[in-house]
Amino acid sequence: MATTESITLGKVEKGAKLPEWSLDVSVTDVVLGALATRDWRPMHHDKDFAQERNGVRHIFVNTPHNAAYFEKFITDWTGPKGRLGKIKFRMKDSVFPGDTMTMIGEVSDVRTDDQGCGWADLEIQMKVGENVTTFCSASVAIPTDDNDNPWKRKGGDWQP
Amino acid sequence: MANLEPIPAHVEAWVGEKRYPEEGEFDVERGYIFSSCASVQNGNPIFWDEKVANEITDGPIAPPSMISVWFRPHFWAPYREEEGKPMQTHFDLKEHLGLPEAIMSDNTITFGVPVRVGDRLKTHQVIRSISDPKTTKLGTGRFWVIEIVYENQNGEHVGTESYTGFGYKRG
Repeated sequence: MATTESITLGKVEKGAKLPEWSLDVSVTDVVLGALATRDWRPMHHDKDFAQERNGVRHIFVNTPHNAAYFEKFITDWTGPKGRLGKIKFRMKDSVFPGDTMTMIGEVSDVRTDDQGCGWADLEIQMKVGENVTTFCSASVAIPTDDNDNPWKRKGGDWQP
Repeated sequence: MANLEPIPAHVEAWVGEKRYPEEGEFDVERGYIFSSCASVQNGNPIFWDEKVANEITDGPIAPPSMISVWFRPHFWAPYREEEGKPMQTHFDLKEHLGLPEAIMSDNTITFGVPVRVGDRLKTHQVIRSISDPKTTKLGTGRFWVIEIVYENQNGEHVGTESYTGFGYKRG
């Protein structure tokens, strides 16, 4: 849900859960993501190719589309002042049309760096049923107070 | 289980080498930003509301996760005889190691200065490692790590991506 409100460092605690988000993935979703990421490779839009060449059951969500889902999930929680610093994810399995994809996350650490930037470190999972398809670790800069804005950081003041 | 040939010497020599320096084929633009946001239902107002963008990010920016999108070549272009492939190094490894199929497993992205509408980005690719033969549920192949470094037209670092790919033969 779009909002102009942003969380601040003092209101985030280690162990806090991010709001869960789910999507019933369709063929259109997979193809839309492939097109939006300019990925013309056939395993992301051609079911026969995905089955015969990749040995998987259907077309599947590509890597940059995966990254975009994680960014959406994180900044839905932080609000617009949240600024991604680093994101790392490991794909264990693919997400296919017909899957219900669910994203869950937790704050693993809350900290302030030497430049005074506030950070929330997150552990996030993308799941289909009980199967975790992607594990994600992310560091997102969040305002230390209502007057702070991580997007204004430049040069040596931005150390993700 | 498929048998693999040793890594050719010329491929070993690629490790650590700066490969494929290039400039993006088009400027960062809002159409693709909207498409990216729509594809994942990202309603962050800094991408949709110019007033909010001016206030928070000093003007319209692209979602940081879009960093690689600006370098994916056109599927067809009048100046190109072959299909353009992003991350050509990945396809080079597939070809020269004889591994026809591949997936990506790990991806790490570190973000620098925001990518802004109108930017023309530059990039280059570096192979960091190639593994010994491995067998997974997909087949037998090798893992490799490729790093992609992005800068804007002012030479500012906008991000670095590290991909782990697994190239394999089925069976």
